[in-house]
Amino acid sequence: MTNSDILKIQNLQKVFFPGTINQRHILKDINLTINSGDFISVIGNNGAGKSTLLNTIAGNLPVDAGSVTILGNDITNASVASRSKWISRVFQDPKLGTAGELTVAENLALSEKKHRHFNLHFYHSAERDRRFTTLLSRLNMGLEDRLNTQVKYLSGGQRQALSLLMATLSQPDLLLLDEHTAALDPYTSSEVMHLTNDIISERHLTSLMITHKMEDALQYGNRLLMVQDGQIKLDVRGADKQRLRKAELLDLFN
Amino acid sequence: MIIEGIGQGLIWSMLAIGVFLTFRILNIPDLTAEGSFPLGAAITIKLMLLGQSAIVATLAGFLAGCLAGIVTGILDTKLRIPSLLAGILTMTGLYSINMHIMGKANIPLLNQKILSSYLPAAWDPVIQTILLGVLISIGMITLLTLFFKTETGLALQATGNNQAMSAANGVKTDGMVILGYAISNGCIALSGALVAQNNGFSDIGMGIGTIVIGLASVLVGEIFITSRKIWIKLSSMVLGAIIYRVLLTLAMNFGVSPDDLKLFSTVILILVIVIPMIQSRQRAKKQLNKYLLSIRLAKEVSPDD
Ligand SMILES: Nc1ncnc2c1ncn2[C@@H]1O[C@H](COP(=O)(O)OP(=O)(O)OP(=O)(O)O)[C@@H](O)[C@H]1O
Ligand SMILES: [Mg+2]
Repeated sequence: MTNSDILKIQNLQKVFFPGTINQRHILKDINLTINSGDFISVIGNNGAGKSTLLNTIAGNLPVDAGSVTILGNDITNASVASRSKWISRVFQDPKLGTAGELTVAENLALSEKKHRHFNLHFYHSAERDRRFTTLLSRLNMGLEDRLNTQVKYLSGGQRQALSLLMATLSQPDLLLLDEHTAALDPYTSSEVMHLTNDIISERHLTSLMITHKMEDALQYGNRLLMVQDGQIKLDVRGADKQRLRKAELLDLFN
Repeated sequence: MIIEGIGQGLIWSMLAIGVFLTFRILNIPDLTAEGSFPLGAAITIKLMLLGQSAIVATLAGFLAGCLAGIVTGILDTKLRIPSLLAGILTMTGLYSINMHIMGKANIPLLNQKILSSYLPAAWDPVIQTILLGVLISIGMITLLTLFFKTETGLALQATGNNQAMSAANGVKTDGMVILGYAISNGCIALSGALVAQNNGFSDIGMGIGTIVIGLASVLVGEIFITSRKIWIKLSSMVLGAIIYRVLLTLAMNFGVSPDDLKLFSTVILILVIVIPMIQSRQRAKKQLNKYLLSIRLAKEVSPDD
């Protein structure tokens, strides 16, 4: 493992319902190393196993064989909460990434301190509100005036932008995005995608992004993975990725 | 008589607050109440009979309730038993435990000094009960309000609202759920401890129907929630418990026999669930008709443009 490795996945296997007639081998001996600064787009058919891969990295699904290490730490069996020290994610469903009953400020406060144990400090402070206002104003969605609005009253686009802000607030070592613009209208979707790209490049974040939008996969990021039938069929980066055209990509799908 | 109902409501209000914490903040239907309420009563009365002061005994009752909550919490989170069943299991187990604590089905106080008699003896017992209830309510609401302003309090609220998101943000959600169960059942047991002192005895059957009483109080209380502020929500629960008790007192006064009170409680709960639903549907219909009418009128004023 070199210094620039963020995440290392070795011989990862995931089998659903083993031993039954419904047995499905979804991840087949996956090996993947994510380097520091990588911005990876992941494409592939429905059911190829992309989300499953992401869920095993985030800890939402246990792996059946193989290992996952992040920055040299073996997290193969670690809980979602303990992985959050390194990993942040934005869900596909805008409702999933935020707590609807809580306010914008409360959601941000929750995401700010990741490595938490029991503590009785008050979470609200004027200084914090000011900081959040500054952060929100760059989204240009008017959220800076709605710090005390419950998140359930925001639109899907606003919620997703907020999720993105929350996920990146604590400078994660790895940012996971699973079709995080899929539930948004075309205009908002491209706004959120721009914002994502800006934040990732400004903060030099390492990120893995699943998308079904070929244009986004080609336009953004330095690396592209294609997952098919539980295996990584294509892994191109740098200049090779830039030469890639949409038509070639579509050909590879079949 | 209504005054008496208010006093009763105040000492039952800890039950409403406890049920509110699991039912509304954690979003969990917890039935442990049926066991933790009489547990609080049993521990407190037993300790008082053994010579402990009412203060120590009541505190012990509260803590015992917390323990009961932790048990349900562990069954729910660590053993992944559905929360409804987890509560039923704890409550059923507690029946035997309560029986062991008391030694028999009913233990009366002899002439031990109860909490409310720490107040000036010259005052009427009803007034003493009310004052004690007010003091404890204010104390508990203050503590809980402060708690929910802390990082951990925020994490607990987030866990109840969206577990996946909370875990992704580093919240140890299992721990938060267990903590919530503990505080909730502590409050419920405290209520049991106060009610038992007020009655002058602890009885093995005094938990029956607790959850219905608690839920009814919560739903009545929610009518008064006008803001997101946690202290308003908690105070509304106290108000809900009082109104519910006053209703019961009135019912008894109009000749409903004590045996029929549980049936009466059930009917009240059904009503407070159904009435707000009908109300909001009718309100929505009214607003819609008003809106449609205004469109029609606007069209008539300025036809075709
Ligand atoms: N928890 C689960 N239990 C059982 N089967 C599952 C589970 N999660 C995913 N699967 C199955 O695994 C397969 C791969 O699912 P996955 O969500 O990883 O695909 P995907 O590549 O993300 O597809 P899409 O592009 O549609 O999002 C699917 O057939 C799905 O039904
Ligand atoms: Mg998917």
